[in-house]
Amino acid sequence: MKSTNRMIGVDVGGTFTDIFVLDEATGTAQVAKVPTTRPDQSGGFLAGINARVDDLSTVSVVVHGTTAGTNALLERKGAKIGVITTQGLRDVLEMRRRDRPQTWGLRGNFIPVVDRALRLEVPERTLADGTVRVPVDLDAVRAAAQSLIDQGCLACAILFANSYANADNERQAVEAVRDIWPNSHVSASSEILPEIREFERFSTTALNAYLQPEVSGYLARLESALHDGGFDGEFMIVQSNGGVMDADTAARLPVRTALSGPAAGVIAAGYIAQAAGFPDVITGDMGGTSFDVSLIAKGQSMLSQQTSIDFGMVVRSPMIEITTIGAGGGSIAWVDKGGLLNIGPESAGSTPGPVAYGQGNTRPTVTDANVVLGRIDPDNPIGGKLERLDVEAASSAILYHVGTPLGLDALQAAEAILRVANSRMAGALRLVSIERGFDPKRFAFMPFGGGGALHAGAMMAEVGLARAIVPRYPGVTSAMGCVIADMRQDFVQTINTALAGIDLPGLTRFMQDHVDSGLATLDAARTHFEGRDTEFTLDMAYLGQTHTVSVPLPITVTNGRVTAPTEAEIAAAFDTAYRATYGRLLEKGARRVINLRSAVTGRRPRFDLATLAPQAGSIDGAFKGTRQVHFDGAWHETKLYRRLELPIGAEITGPAILEQPDTTVLIEPGLVGKVDTYGNTLIERALT
Amino acid sequence: MTQDIDPITLAVLAGRMEQIADEMDATLFRAAFNPIIAEAHDASHGLYHAISGDTLVQGKSGLPIFVGVMSFAVKAVIDKAAENGDLADGDIYIFNDAHLGGTHLSDMRLVRPYFHDGKLFCYLASVGHWHDVGGAVPGNYNPAATDAFQEAFVLPPVRLAKAGVVQTDIIDILMRNTRLPQSAQGDLNGQLGALDLGVRRLDELLGEYGADTVRNALDALQDRAELLMRGELTDLPDGRWEAEDFLDNDGITDTPLRIKVALEIQGDRMTLDFTGTADRCAGPVNIALPTAVATAYVAIKHIFPGLPANAGVMRPIDVKIPDGSLLSAPFPAPVGGYTETILRMVDVIFAAASQAAPDRVVANAYGTINALSISGKRANGQPWVMFSFYGGGHGGSPESDGLNHGNAPISTATIPPLEILEAAYPVMFKQWALRPDSAGAGLHRGGMGAIYEIEVLEESATAFLFGERGRFAPKGVAGGAEAAMNLFSYEQDDGWHTPPMASKMVGIKLKRGQSVRLDTPGGGGYGPATERTPTEVARDVAGGLLTPDHATKTYGSAWTEAQQ
Repeated sequence: MKSTNRMIGVDVGGTFTDIFVLDEATGTAQVAKVPTTRPDQSGGFLAGINARVDDLSTVSVVVHGTTAGTNALLERKGAKIGVITTQGLRDVLEMRRRDRPQTWGLRGNFIPVVDRALRLEVPERTLADGTVRVPVDLDAVRAAAQSLIDQGCLACAILFANSYANADNERQAVEAVRDIWPNSHVSASSEILPEIREFERFSTTALNAYLQPEVSGYLARLESALHDGGFDGEFMIVQSNGGVMDADTAARLPVRTALSGPAAGVIAAGYIAQAAGFPDVITGDMGGTSFDVSLIAKGQSMLSQQTSIDFGMVVRSPMIEITTIGAGGGSIAWVDKGGLLNIGPESAGSTPGPVAYGQGNTRPTVTDANVVLGRIDPDNPIGGKLERLDVEAASSAILYHVGTPLGLDALQAAEAILRVANSRMAGALRLVSIERGFDPKRFAFMPFGGGGALHAGAMMAEVGLARAIVPRYPGVTSAMGCVIADMRQDFVQTINTALAGIDLPGLTRFMQDHVDSGLATLDAARTHFEGRDTEFTLDMAYLGQTHTVSVPLPITVTNGRVTAPTEAEIAAAFDTAYRATYGRLLEKGARRVINLRSAVTGRRPRFDLATLAPQAGSIDGAFKGTRQVHFDGAWHETKLYRRLELPIGAEITGPAILEQPDTTVLIEPGLVGKVDTYGNTLIERALT
Repeated sequence: MTQDIDPITLAVLAGRMEQIADEMDATLFRAAFNPIIAEAHDASHGLYHAISGDTLVQGKSGLPIFVGVMSFAVKAVIDKAAENGDLADGDIYIFNDAHLGGTHLSDMRLVRPYFHDGKLFCYLASVGHWHDVGGAVPGNYNPAATDAFQEAFVLPPVRLAKAGVVQTDIIDILMRNTRLPQSAQGDLNGQLGALDLGVRRLDELLGEYGADTVRNALDALQDRAELLMRGELTDLPDGRWEAEDFLDNDGITDTPLRIKVALEIQGDRMTLDFTGTADRCAGPVNIALPTAVATAYVAIKHIFPGLPANAGVMRPIDVKIPDGSLLSAPFPAPVGGYTETILRMVDVIFAAASQAAPDRVVANAYGTINALSISGKRANGQPWVMFSFYGGGHGGSPESDGLNHGNAPISTATIPPLEILEAAYPVMFKQWALRPDSAGAGLHRGGMGAIYEIEVLEESATAFLFGERGRFAPKGVAGGAEAAMNLFSYEQDDGWHTPPMASKMVGIKLKRGQSVRLDTPGGGGYGPATERTPTEVARDVAGGLLTPDHATKTYGSAWTEAQQ
C-alpha cells in the first residue's frame, strides 16, 4: 500500500494561489505560488498542487482557504433566491437596523440580495415567549415555494419571527418546502442561527442561501477535479472562526467562509509566533488596498460575533477578529484643498497598481514611495508586468501630487507618504491593543502577505512593540494556516431569561445537543485528531444592561456527556467575567442569561516548524551586493541578502534588506535581524 | 495663519487626535447601561479650545448634532468657571441646561479642563442622552410641556469633581431626580471613564510630541478646515436663495409654524439668515440658540461631507437667528422636541442650497424623529415603558435613489430589532414593513418610509407620540416630487382614529388587542419624475413599493411605456 501522508493547504487569493505541502512521513514542507485563474479558480488550484505533487493519491488531506464566498457577496454574484417569511415582515432584510452607509452626506442606498417580489409572506406567528399565536399555514407555504420555483429561484430561505424561541413553525415550513424544492438549498433561520435579533438572523440566513448554489458548485468542481487526479483523501474548508469544516458542511453553510483566507493566515501566524516563543503577537497583512490587523494574546485569537461584508450585508457567525484599514501598498497619497496629506481610501489595487508598475495609474501610492526610496528592488518586481519598475515615473508622480503642493522635493515627499501611511497602520495596531487594554510592549508584530515586512521597523517605533517576527514564508502564511487549523464548530442558542430560576435541565439539553452534533461531525471526519475540546460560554448581563459579557463556563464533558451546571457556578463565573470587564459588580443587579455558545474542536496533529528552517547557508553566501536606500533624509549604503540562504543564527545589522521571491524584509538603521531556529527573522533594536 | 508646523507631523497628529476622541466614544458606548447611548450612540466626545471653547477634534461615531453644539456647552463651563474664579486640574463640571448647552435636558454634559505642566491646555467633554431625567413624562418626550420644568429637572453647570475629588452630594441629587437611578449611575460612570481615558491619551501624546507642537497642530487644523470651507464656497455661484417649510404645530395650539432661510453666497463666505421664522411658541418645538447654530453646521457638513469636524469650518459662515423666534427661545421655554425643529432647519437649508448647487444636494429626508412611547402595567403589577424612535426614507440624491428606512440626518441611531422589543415589552409588531407609495417621485426617487403596526398584548396601555410632517410633506429638489406625509393612527372600540394634532398624541389609552400604527414619510425625489426610466418604475411596481395607480399619477408616460 502506498503511503498517503501528505497534507496540502491551498489559499486562493485575488492575484496568486498559494500552496503549502506538508509530508508528515518525512517532516518536510514545500511551498508554491501560481497565478489565480478566473473565473474558474479550480484551474490555478490544481496547477498549484501539481507543481509540487505528481501523485494525488499520496495526499491524505486538502484544506482550502477560499474567497469564493466573500467575492460573490462583494460582487453581488450569488444566486437568484427566494424568501418565505412571517406576514407583515417581508421587508426586514431591506430595512436593516435603520442605519445609513456614511454618517455624513446622506448619500447611497441599499439593494438587498433578494428582490421584494421574491420575498413572500405566509400566515404564521410565534411570540417572544415561544407561544405559537398563529400556526403556520402550510398550504400557503407550499404555494409560496412553488411560486418561487416557477420564478427560477435556486435557493430558499425560511425567515420567521421569534423562531429562536420556538422553531416549530419554521421546522414545519422548511419540511414542506424541502418536499417540493428541486435541490437541497433550503434553510430555515433557526437552523443557521437560533439567536435573537431578526435582522441579523434573517440576513445571515439569506446570504447563506444566496451563496449556496455558487459555493457548493465551486466546491463540487474542485472536489471532482481532485478525484479525477487520483485524490482519495478528505477535502476541507477553512471557516471564518479559524477552524476547518468538511466540504459538505461548507456547501451547506457557505456563509461561514466569509473570512476563510484571512482567518487561516492569523491561525498560522499565531502558531509560528508561539513556536518561536512569542505567544503575544499582533499580525499585520498588508495587501494592495488594505492592511488587516489581528491580535493574538497567549496564543488565543480574538473572536468577534458579527461582521458587515458591505453596507447592510450582515453576517453573524463567530469569526477571527480582523480590523481592516484602507492603507495598502496600492493606497493613493493625495493632498486635500486644505493642504493636508492623506493616504487612501482610494486605491490603485494590483490593477492598474502603483505608478511604478506602468499599467496606467498616474497617482502615487505607498508602494511608489517605497520604490523611490530604494526599499523595493526595481529590477525584481513582485507585481505588475514590467521587467523593471519605473522609478522615474513614480518619482515624478510623487513630486507632482504630493511634493509640489507641500513644498517638498520628491524624496522628502516619499518619506512623508511613508510616515503618514505608517502612522495610520500604527493607529490600527493601537486600536486592537491599547484600546482593548493590551500593553503593546508585550507584543511582537508579525507582518505577513507581501508588503508588511517593509513596515515592520516603523510599527515597532510607532507603537512601542518589542520586536517583529517575519515568518520564513510570509507570502504563503494563509496556505500554511490551512494545514495547521483545527476542526471547529460553533453553536449558539438564545436563552434570554433571568439566572435566578433558570431552567437548568433545558440549558443542559441545549449543551448536550451541541456536543452531540459537534462530536458526530468529528466522528464522521476521516482526519486523525489528537484530541477533542468542548467549550461553553454564556452571553450574560445585568437586567437593563445592553452589552453582554462573555462568561466561560467551567463545565466538563465526560465520554460525551455534559455535566449540568448549577446556578451558583454560573453566578460565580459571571461575577468573575464581569469584574474583569467593568471593574466592579452591581450589588442589586439581577443577572440574566442571553445566549449559550458552544464550540466543539477536534485538534489536528501539529507539525514541527523546524522542518521549514534553513538546512545550511552562510551570511557571505547570501550576500548579493549593496544598494542606496533612503532613510531619515539621507541615502545609506545598504547591504542586500538572499533571505532564504541565510543560516540559523545569522545576525544582520541594519540598514539591510533581505530579499526573497515574494517578500522584501527591511531592517532599518538601528535594528538588527536574527534568523531563529525556525527560519523566522526576528527584528529587534540593536544594542548600543 | 498660525505658527508653522511641518505637514507630515500635522497629518500624523490629526489622525492621533481623532483616534483619542473615537476611543472616548467607544469607551462610553461599551460601559453605558442605557440603550440610547449603548446602541443608538446618542453621545459624543471631543477636545475643545482652552479659551473660546471651539471644537478642535470630535469623535467620528458620536451623534452629528453634537459636533456643533458641544462648543456651547464648553463655553458655558468656561464662563461659569471664570465666575467661580478657581478653575483647577481635576475639576469636572456637569449640567443638562439646554439653554446654555443646546439640544434638550436629556443630554447630560460633562466638561473637564485638561492641564499640562500646570497650564490649561484644552477642555475635554462628554455628552450622553440619559434614559430619564425626571419631569412629567418618563423618557422626557412630553409633547404638552409648556416650560422646561415639565420636561425634566434642570441642572446648571456645577462641579461634579473639585480638583479630583468627586462631590458625592451632587451625585445624590442627580440620582434622586431620575426614575432610573441604576441606568443613570451606569451612564455617569461611563462618561467619567471616557474623560479619564482622554486625559491619559493626551498625556501620552503631549509627552511624545510636546505641548507646543500639539497646540500648533490643533490651530493649523482649524485654519485648514477654514481654508477648505472657503474653497468649497468659492466653487459655488454667488447669489441669494430662499426656502421655507413648516412645522405642523407646537403640540399646544394647532397652528403651523414657519421655518425660513435665506442662503447667500458671496465669494468665499456664506450667510444663513433665518429671518421670517415663526416667533417663540408655547410648546416644546422651541430650540435654544446654541442648537440653532449647531444645526447649521450639521446641514453644511452633510452638503460638504469631506470637511473635518472642527470649528474652522464655520468661520466663513454667518448664521443669523432672529431674536424672539422659536430658534432662540430663552429659559425656561420648553425645548424637548428640538429634534423636529432642527430637522426642518436642515430641510430648508438643503432646499435653498440645492438651488445654488443642484448637483451637490440631496432631497429632504423624512424629517421627523417619531418618538413613540407605550407604557403600562403587567398583570403582576410591574410597570413597563417602551420608548423608541422610528425611521423613514432618505431623499433622492444626484447619484441614486434615496435610502429606504434610514435614520434621521441629525442622528446615526439604529433601531432595536423587533424581537428585542417583543422580548422586553408586551407588544407584537403586526407590520414592520416598507410603506408603498411613500417615496417622492423623481429621476432618483426618495427612499421608502415605513409602516409599524404595534399591538398591545396586556390590559391597558398609554401611548405618547412626538412627531412632525403630518401636514407638510418632505420636499424634493431639482424638480423632484414631495414624499408622503406622516400618518398616525390608533385603534379604539369604535375603530381607527387619527390624533387631532396630526403628528402628536398625548395619553392615548389602548386595551389588550388594540394597536397603534405609524405610516412614516419617505424621502423627497431628486430630479424630474419624467426622467425616470420605465425599467426602474416597473421594478418598483413589481415589488409592490409603487401601486399602479400611484405610478400612473406620478410617472405617467414612463409607467405607460413600462407596461408595453
